[in-house]
Amino acid sequence: MSRIDAKFAELRAAGRKAFVAYVMAGDPDYATSLEIVRGLPGAGVDIIELGMPFTDPMADGPTIQLAGQRALAGGQTLAKTLDMARALRETDQTTPIVMMGYYNPIYSRGVDRFLAEAQEAGIDGLIVVDLPPEEDAELCLPAQAAGLNFIRLATPTTDDRRLPRVMQNTSGFVYYVSITGITGAAAAQSAEVAPEVARIKAATDLPVIVGFGITTPEAARDIASVADGAVVGSAIVKMIGEGRSTAEVLGFVASLAEGAHAA
Amino acid sequence: MANDLFNSFMTGPDENGRFGMFGGRFVSETLMPLILELEAEYNHAKTDPTFWAEMDDLWKHYVGRPSPLYHAARLTEHLGGAKVYMKRDELNHTGAHKINNVLGQIILARRMGKTRIIAETGAGQHGVATATVCAKFGLECIVYMGAHDVERQAPNVFRMRLLGAKVVPVTSGRGTLKDAMNDALRDWVTNVRDTFYCIGTVAGPHPYPAMVRDFQSIIGKEVRWQLAEQEGEGRLPDTVIAAIGGGSNAMGLFYPFLDDPSVGIIGVEAGGKGVDDRMEHCASLTGGRPGVLHGNRTYLLQDDDGQILEGFSISAGLDYPGIGPEHAWLHDTGRAQYVSITDAEALEAFQLSCKLEGIIPALEPSHALAHVMKIAPTLPKDHIIVMNMCGRGDKDIFTVAKHLGFDMKV
Ligand SMILES: Cc1ncc(COP(=O)(O)O)c(C=O)c1O
Repeated sequence: MSRIDAKFAELRAAGRKAFVAYVMAGDPDYATSLEIVRGLPGAGVDIIELGMPFTDPMADGPTIQLAGQRALAGGQTLAKTLDMARALRETDQTTPIVMMGYYNPIYSRGVDRFLAEAQEAGIDGLIVVDLPPEEDAELCLPAQAAGLNFIRLATPTTDDRRLPRVMQNTSGFVYYVSITGITGAAAAQSAEVAPEVARIKAATDLPVIVGFGITTPEAARDIASVADGAVVGSAIVKMIGEGRSTAEVLGFVASLAEGAHAA
Repeated sequence: MANDLFNSFMTGPDENGRFGMFGGRFVSETLMPLILELEAEYNHAKTDPTFWAEMDDLWKHYVGRPSPLYHAARLTEHLGGAKVYMKRDELNHTGAHKINNVLGQIILARRMGKTRIIAETGAGQHGVATATVCAKFGLECIVYMGAHDVERQAPNVFRMRLLGAKVVPVTSGRGTLKDAMNDALRDWVTNVRDTFYCIGTVAGPHPYPAMVRDFQSIIGKEVRWQLAEQEGEGRLPDTVIAAIGGGSNAMGLFYPFLDDPSVGIIGVEAGGKGVDDRMEHCASLTGGRPGVLHGNRTYLLQDDDGQILEGFSISAGLDYPGIGPEHAWLHDTGRAQYVSITDAEALEAFQLSCKLEGIIPALEPSHALAHVMKIAPTLPKDHIIVMNMCGRGDKDIFTVAKHLGFDMKV
């Protein structure tokens, strides 16, 4: 069983919703970023999404764009992001780590080489924004063959005709993007999200996690109550961008986790 | 090249939008249903005579097509070799080839019931063309333009505003053309229901590269019959040459000749300060390697970690770190040859065209002309070169004045 599957089995047994946190690897620098990442499981984070910085993040809003720029300016590379996962695995063997980003840095490194390195570094899954099912042969199928989960985004524009195709090669969980828009944009309400989650659940047995636009513990609770969990990214990244201390950032993350877990 | 490869160059892309390994649909899930819908609509329109009847009517009465094919006699004489023709797309309404494609996409948008048009622009030519056609049809128009380009292309910014478009200066990333394209994609992801993204070159996810090529192919199709008219039935050019930013004017000229083995094809990239390790150029094919950006796989300027680099060129219209995927494929198959021309060489060609032909060219086609100047003297007098004069130089006179040390303040 993969770490992701084990985590959801554990949550299901405890009757709890998942809390997923996104941070940009290397933001604002490698050491601070690693310190924050290492603190996430203790703050109640069930799954860590580790952002891979890219110069051209076309699905991200200003908050995550700037985080990527800070990380790149600080010398972050794909190799260092893998190092960060390795370093986390020294202190935590159970929290799933999902790498999230864009295809070009992976393609540039070489898909086979990257998958071998990710596997060895203790990575559990990949979310690659610019690889829809139409491009599954690029990375999705090789990743599954290498034992990594390939987590797909489903969106409000993924209609019922298309949904089976989107679910087909998805594993681990499904990430439902609750709005049409970029990261950091306005949030959806649970009343709108609930029927959409039901629609997706009709097409898959995988857990459905909802993200985009969740910024408060209340919103995390609200959204998690109609899904299998909630993801928060921009709100955490924003605090890191403001130069808050690691303790402050982790304190905020803990409040979000409590919100989601209270659902 | 083996002759059996011919008759196969005009069949691309395949059903997945690939030209060989290049092209594809590397977009987020939110956009995927939209580009599938666009593909279906375009496939329908492509075979609908009423669509082309509307295009032909507007091309003729609004744009001023066909554009002349002009024998540049004094330039030919000066170079002392091949016979040089210029395809005069700079005489189009709005002053460049960009409007050929914009008309097609806007007519398509209208058929799809889209009311809000977005576009990216570098030099501002595509932005002006889009604003123009939107004004004509009463459509809302938003143009994303890198903050740096807003500054260096101020006259075009004003033109767009006069035409009723909203120009959004892009400061994300480094505030350049590629960032303008990112912001346009971000807008599209946010406004999926009513918005049509009018891409200005043969890049982006399938079906854009093929669709934009098809609309621009009017250039090469006209050259075919115009040259026959002037040089005799069946006479084809020996060499066709065009400048490449994303590659749309070049694909428009090249495409109708891809399966004619006797026609040599040369694309000219912007060499900036020289194609070397300083990376102060925009020559994606000569100085880049394959990668994935803006929805397609193609040659890109990038570092060892797959991070995209900024291009550099005196010409804002060539300042893009990628190139259309069909060019990447024509390059790898060897069907077309790609070279680069530096800023200094382009400036020299710019002046020569003014002095010998009375034509003030844009800096983009000045690159193509500079390569003509290199090869024409080495070729026989019965060798016919057709270069694409794809834009006029009004927008560039300030830049050129600065480089020539001429004070424009009066
Ligand atoms: C006159 C002119 N030529 C060429 C280009 C480059 O685009 P493309 O390579 O798509 O023709 C531009 C772009 O702004 C332009 O304005």
